[in-house]
Amino acid sequence: MPRHSGASGVALSTLVALAFCTSVSPRAAEKQDAQDFTQIERGRYLTTAADCAACHTMPDQKQPFAGGRPIETPFGVIVAPNITPDRETGIGTWTDDEFDAALRQGKRPDGSRLYPAMPYPAYTKMSREDVQDIRAYLATIAPVHNQVEPNQLPFPFSVRAAMMAWDALYFQEGEFRPDATKSATWNRGAYLVQGPGHCASCHTPKTVLGGDKTEQAFQGGVIQGWFAPDLTNDKATGLGSWSAEDIVAYLGTGHNASTAATGLMAEVVERSTSKMTKADLEAIAAYLKDQPAAGHTATAVQATDPLMVAGGAIYHDVCSACHAIDGTGVPHLIPSLAASPSVHSTDPTTLVRVTLSGARSVATDQEPTAPAMPAFAWQFNDEQIAAVLTYVRNSWGSAAPAVTAHDVETKRVELKTRGEH
Amino acid sequence: MSRKLPHKDVVIVGFGWVGSIMAQELTDEGLEVIAIERGPWRDTATDYPPTYDQDELRYRIRHELFLRPDQTTFTFRNKMNQTALPIRTWGAFMPPNGVGGGGVHWNAETWRFLPSDFVLKTHLTERYGADFLPSDMTIQDWGVTYEELEPHYDRFEYLCGTSGTAGNLQGQIQEGGNPFEGPRSRPYPNPAQPQPFSHTLFGKAARELGYKPFPQPSGNMSQAYTNPLGVRLGPCTYCGFCEWFGCGNYSKASPQTTILPVLIRKSNFTVRDNSEVVRINLDPSGKTAAGVTFVDTSGEEWEQPADIVIVSAYAIFNAQLMLLSGIGKPYDPLTGEGVMGRNFTHQTISDAVGFFDNTKFNFNPFIASGSIGMCIDEFNGDNFDHGPHGFVGGGYMGQVQSNGRPIETTPVPSGTPRWGAEWKAAVRDNYLSSVKPGTGVHGSFYSYRDVYLDLDPIYKDRFNRPLMRMTIDFHDNELKQNAFLTDRFAEIIQAMGAKKVDKEYRQGPYDITKYQTTHLCGGVIMGTDPRTSAVNRYLQSWDVPNLFVVGASAFPQNAGYNPTGTVAALAYWAAAAIREQYLKNPGVLIHA
Repeated sequence: MPRHSGASGVALSTLVALAFCTSVSPRAAEKQDAQDFTQIERGRYLTTAADCAACHTMPDQKQPFAGGRPIETPFGVIVAPNITPDRETGIGTWTDDEFDAALRQGKRPDGSRLYPAMPYPAYTKMSREDVQDIRAYLATIAPVHNQVEPNQLPFPFSVRAAMMAWDALYFQEGEFRPDATKSATWNRGAYLVQGPGHCASCHTPKTVLGGDKTEQAFQGGVIQGWFAPDLTNDKATGLGSWSAEDIVAYLGTGHNASTAATGLMAEVVERSTSKMTKADLEAIAAYLKDQPAAGHTATAVQATDPLMVAGGAIYHDVCSACHAIDGTGVPHLIPSLAASPSVHSTDPTTLVRVTLSGARSVATDQEPTAPAMPAFAWQFNDEQIAAVLTYVRNSWGSAAPAVTAHDVETKRVELKTRGEH
Repeated sequence: MSRKLPHKDVVIVGFGWVGSIMAQELTDEGLEVIAIERGPWRDTATDYPPTYDQDELRYRIRHELFLRPDQTTFTFRNKMNQTALPIRTWGAFMPPNGVGGGGVHWNAETWRFLPSDFVLKTHLTERYGADFLPSDMTIQDWGVTYEELEPHYDRFEYLCGTSGTAGNLQGQIQEGGNPFEGPRSRPYPNPAQPQPFSHTLFGKAARELGYKPFPQPSGNMSQAYTNPLGVRLGPCTYCGFCEWFGCGNYSKASPQTTILPVLIRKSNFTVRDNSEVVRINLDPSGKTAAGVTFVDTSGEEWEQPADIVIVSAYAIFNAQLMLLSGIGKPYDPLTGEGVMGRNFTHQTISDAVGFFDNTKFNFNPFIASGSIGMCIDEFNGDNFDHGPHGFVGGGYMGQVQSNGRPIETTPVPSGTPRWGAEWKAAVRDNYLSSVKPGTGVHGSFYSYRDVYLDLDPIYKDRFNRPLMRMTIDFHDNELKQNAFLTDRFAEIIQAMGAKKVDKEYRQGPYDITKYQTTHLCGGVIMGTDPRTSAVNRYLQSWDVPNLFVVGASAFPQNAGYNPTGTVAALAYWAAAAIREQYLKNPGVLIHA
């Protein structure tokens, strides 16, 4: 069995040990019932909502939850650990308390600290019951023998003890408390967004130490070379012009009338939100639509600006065939540049990246088409790309800071480093 | 020695339109399906994105999307007493290669054949008498009727989002459509594309001459469309880079833009690209296919066992695979016996180019789509009385000018020098003010005793298998047909106001170097009699009942239309027969 990387004798003895130990392991003492269908089903759903697979399953999805995926952080690479029930390399020997402490307190069984690449600052909002349901589900999946060394950070970040200070600064332990003045739907949405959904992990900007800038919650942040856009109700940069139905369609299918999920969000849709219930997506939408607007303001670059003139010429020549002269695109197929929040983000990272490298939108059962944006890095220089992006950010009634040739150059270098163009 | 792969329910050879449709239908039935494709995987964003798909040199002149003749080719001769030679660069037709097949680079002209086309022999004999037909003409009835295929034409049109104007809705003739078409159960899924100036002018002139012009049915989207599988297409941008090119704008119906996004998500479907099937394997009885053997790019040979084998490659390769696998009796033109290779046909294309006063006419020919155009059908099939003319067959004709691409679009009046300053001046004077339809007259090519396919006695491919030999020439019937149709076509162009019309008749002998169409047909034809057809009315091999050979290879003769609509309808028809009849009781569907 090639999936067991060690000698087959080792793998076999592991299995025997597992079978033998079920009656004497600590788990048995904790009232875990491997046949509790309801708990396991709830756990499976919560595992999906929490998108554990995003990090703990490799993109080829051959060995679910066996870890090994490198997670890029501003401080270096952390490799997602194996969370299958394998007793040697997974979490097969963890107790319920240890599992709970990892998810809700950021503590490892040996008492040392997790890095917040594991979103325990969000999972702390979950109830112990929900966390145990996830555990019950994970206990049912196939154990995979896969040794992972998660901590591959450079010194001094490799010192886990440093995370005690980080936790003191940025980590607020505590379960989600419903707001009695809001509806049950709103509270469910708030719970999903703040807790298992861990939306803030990407969408809230970070301090230099990687903590949330809580005063700018959900206003968008840079992650792994993308800009996770503003989720507030800002009309230009956020969800202000989207209806609740637009949000539900986007999360459920990866596409709505104005835009499509790509990059990291494509993975989130594919593995998590497209598998959630419509009621939960509606709850998320209800909560997000009730948030204030970030209130970003920008002065439009004048149409007579040479950058705009050059950009307009390129746009009409190259972009307008698909995105249309008025920037409206084709609903559900070609994004509307006039209405897509990513186009007008304060930080143009995603826009520049997609233009240079191209991007494929996500395919889901409801929206299987998965149209793609072609790459333009080979065709245009930095000045030309800066011009056309400045044009699309400042046309059709929109205003956003100009994109500079330096922005494009920086991104080009970064993408080369990533081997993406 | 080949290595054996795990068994599948169905193996599909060739993954173009037919392969995709069969795979979609049979995976819907719950079967485990694998498709094996000789060429590469192809996808819009990675193979022909809009950033460079409009490259005439790369795709049109240098044949980027087609089979490379150094991988495999055919030999060609006009007459049976000649020695055939290998084709070393494609000319008269363009063999597709890769996932999506011809569906990637077609113009998307999406026609239905006439009801009488399917019963051609019976119809012509009844109307004109058997003696009216040339003695060496071997036309046959198909064994399937238009009425039987109608629901399957309809499925394909709705899959593709075909743009058009219905001419016959459930027997009611519709203004603005083709009044000669067979009854259709419902309108086209999309309205016809708007027509550019010269196309509109052709329609007006045709109407004034008493004809009933209509927009060509088109797989280029007149508006955004979501097909029944949930796959979305965008509106055509009229870029004029359609045939020979992939569409970077998701605007041309192809397997990639209509089926594959759904198919590749299915867990019971797999595809092997860059793998060439070298034979169909039979069990010791010789009456059941055991699967196929293919070779990958490393030269490794693999055996793919399957319960059902679908052969759905380009027509000529379908015939070759059958001959090389020893299935069906090879056709012998001397005795007229045998079926494999029989009734090989192509198309009879000609043109008339109109030159107009450039101070009064500016046609902007570059504004076009692959199947834009106004057509008339008065001279197709048996829509007119052939009695006085001494030939049978016909074709549609129209101003179907699909591009104004710079390398090829250099129409100059006859008598202009072929090069130099005078030629350049003439190109400049005429580029915007000439009418140069790609296939102005799209005529039928009926079948003959001495037009056929067989295995070449001399030339071999890289596996040391004989190349396919084509023996093909035009017969008087087709040349007469073409002269008559070209004259009628030229009259309409003249009536548009041309100051000069150059007629470019199709003349013999058949020339392998000049592009006509890619519509090679026949070789594994369908019919009602195992002595004169290789497959029955359900495209099932008469000899090996778990083998279906689907495609234009099944056409007993070619009609005066582009074949893809009929090819796809036959695929849905065969798939329905497998789903509704064969799977319930695997075996012979028609007892001859």
